Amino acid sequence: MIEGAKWRRWVYFYIPLGAFIVWLLFPFYWMLVTSVRPDRELYRPWMAPNYAPFWTAHPTLVHVVDLLTETLFARWMLNTLFIAIVSTIISLFCGLLAGYALARLKFPFGGSLGTGIFITYLVPQTLLFIPLADIIRNFQLGDTPWALVLTYPTFLIPFCTWLLMGYFKAIPRELEECARIDGATRWKAMLYIIFPIAVPGILSAGIFAFTLSWNEFIYALVFLSSAEQKTVAVGVTSELVRGDVFYWGQLMAGALLGSIPVAFIYSFFVEYYVAGLTGSVKG
Amino acid sequence: MARVLLRNLNRMYDEVPAVKDVNLEIRDKEFVVLVGPSGCGKTTTLRMVAGLESITSGEVLIGDTVVNDLPPMDRDIAMVFQNYALYPHMSVYDNMAFGLKMRGVDRAEIGKRVQEAADILGIGEYLKRKPRQLSGGQRQRVALGRAIVRHPQVFLFDEPLSNLDAKLRVQMRVELKKLHSRLNTTAVYVTHDQVEAMTLGDRVVVMRGGEVQQVGEPLELYNAPANRFVAGFLGSPAMNFAAVRVSNGASGLRADSPGFSIDVPSEIDPRLRPYAGREVTMGIRPEDLHIANGGDPPGLCLDGIVEVVERLGAEILLDLQVGGQTMVVSVEPTVRAQRGDKLRFVLRPNRLHFFDPASEAAI
Repeated sequence: MIEGAKWRRWVYFYIPLGAFIVWLLFPFYWMLVTSVRPDRELYRPWMAPNYAPFWTAHPTLVHVVDLLTETLFARWMLNTLFIAIVSTIISLFCGLLAGYALARLKFPFGGSLGTGIFITYLVPQTLLFIPLADIIRNFQLGDTPWALVLTYPTFLIPFCTWLLMGYFKAIPRELEECARIDGATRWKAMLYIIFPIAVPGILSAGIFAFTLSWNEFIYALVFLSSAEQKTVAVGVTSELVRGDVFYWGQLMAGALLGSIPVAFIYSFFVEYYVAGLTGSVKG
Repeated sequence: MARVLLRNLNRMYDEVPAVKDVNLEIRDKEFVVLVGPSGCGKTTTLRMVAGLESITSGEVLIGDTVVNDLPPMDRDIAMVFQNYALYPHMSVYDNMAFGLKMRGVDRAEIGKRVQEAADILGIGEYLKRKPRQLSGGQRQRVALGRAIVRHPQVFLFDEPLSNLDAKLRVQMRVELKKLHSRLNTTAVYVTHDQVEAMTLGDRVVVMRGGEVQQVGEPLELYNAPANRFVAGFLGSPAMNFAAVRVSNGASGLRADSPGFSIDVPSEIDPRLRPYAGREVTMGIRPEDLHIANGGDPPGLCLDGIVEVVERLGAEILLDLQVGGQTMVVSVEPTVRAQRGDKLRFVLRPNRLHFFDPASEAAI
């Protein structure tokens, strides 16, 4: 905390923090204002006398209604939800087991295996989608949710594995040793002792994985083609931008509605999430 | 019958031996303390008994069974860890009950045993709390409680008191001693604190560099240390050591150093005779030197200049300069000594120790 005179606190703390918050939240505000702005205001030229870019005097829900009735937005939301949840579950499950093994078990090449898993995370998706597209085609999964459910774990599993590995390493080894002396097998010690303690870590890995798959764009763009299979990110940008015509109101309404589930999850688990990232385990 | 037997026990870490050829019998119902400086292999030895560390060679027997290949859960032991290792997400009750649940003990029996242990340790009112809501001493009790509800054949303690503050440590030490006599179970206790070792152990095992230096009852180790290491490790303040040259005098052997020259007591004479003309290490404990009163035999006296006076209350420690060597002497609290005083001390001849300078073994 800043000490000393009151003005110091304002100059070094409140004002910079306030500016930072405004900077971060402005895009969301813009999104909100645009989605409730009537079309006649949206397309008004900037030199018009009554041009007011930062607010609107006539808010309307017409864009939201249009989005829900005239596009497949609801369907996209369901698609995205399904894909994000299933791929998160797969990745968390694999990440838990792999992270535990890498953190606790001694086996040959354990260290290099960990590094290997990490390296796969570093390969850019913009390159990886080319071979993956070939594989998806061979398995005839193109234009189905399974194309994404099975490819998202390629970057989610390394991510979860590493996050959880770090978390497991921070849990004192004695807890598990004590459980094993108490009569638990390694499996039971993991289930009753390690996993419950690692809940904050597991939750933050899950939230991250969910967010990453919710926001994923390039695989969704490449592997899905028909409108009713699309995810929110791809659907909104491909169906509401026709040629050089931007349906700004609906675009922003879609973006706003599409970010609600993630924001909801974050606000719900924020305490666990912070604890998970700062890794505070007390024995 | 729950003796613990270690036979030629070895543990290597990447070719570096952590424990070397340890042979030890811990008798039924005995409280044995393994003590030594950090890295001496005491904890590794304990963990091999627990089954948490693999054994490179040798055997561990609990009762009459070789347990080398038994997992920890099947060895019928309980262990108390240095950092308590309480399960943070469980209440005190569940912490204590966990081991019994894992073994399929029925609920009524679990409740009875937990209550019994909680009564012994005085933690009955905390049973519903989580470990983080407890103080260090209370956590320590829970860790002990978790061990005793199991009614194991052997208790293993890995420096259980070293996370407590000094006052609490002394208190818990006494309680541990009481607890052991009440439970009457074999216990192996690891510590680096020689006071804990001396006060708690029926027998004490001093270790260094993975090897057992000496095994014996506390006072036996204190009065007749097998080598210079044991002599210096046990006792606070530590034994004084001085390099002396053994020579043949008119009335028997003499031990000479730049600061003093003393007559070797006749009972040590035959053992020290082969060293005549050579240097050996002489050891004398701080409490075995007294301020001379004039009538003392000059062959047992030495002069020292007081450098530091440490007033501890029950005693005063004087750091002396004796012919270029430093010695610590414990004197009565009534002694009024000042820095720079020159005092004459007499040593107790039957409390002198001599060590071979090469092997460091007691002569």
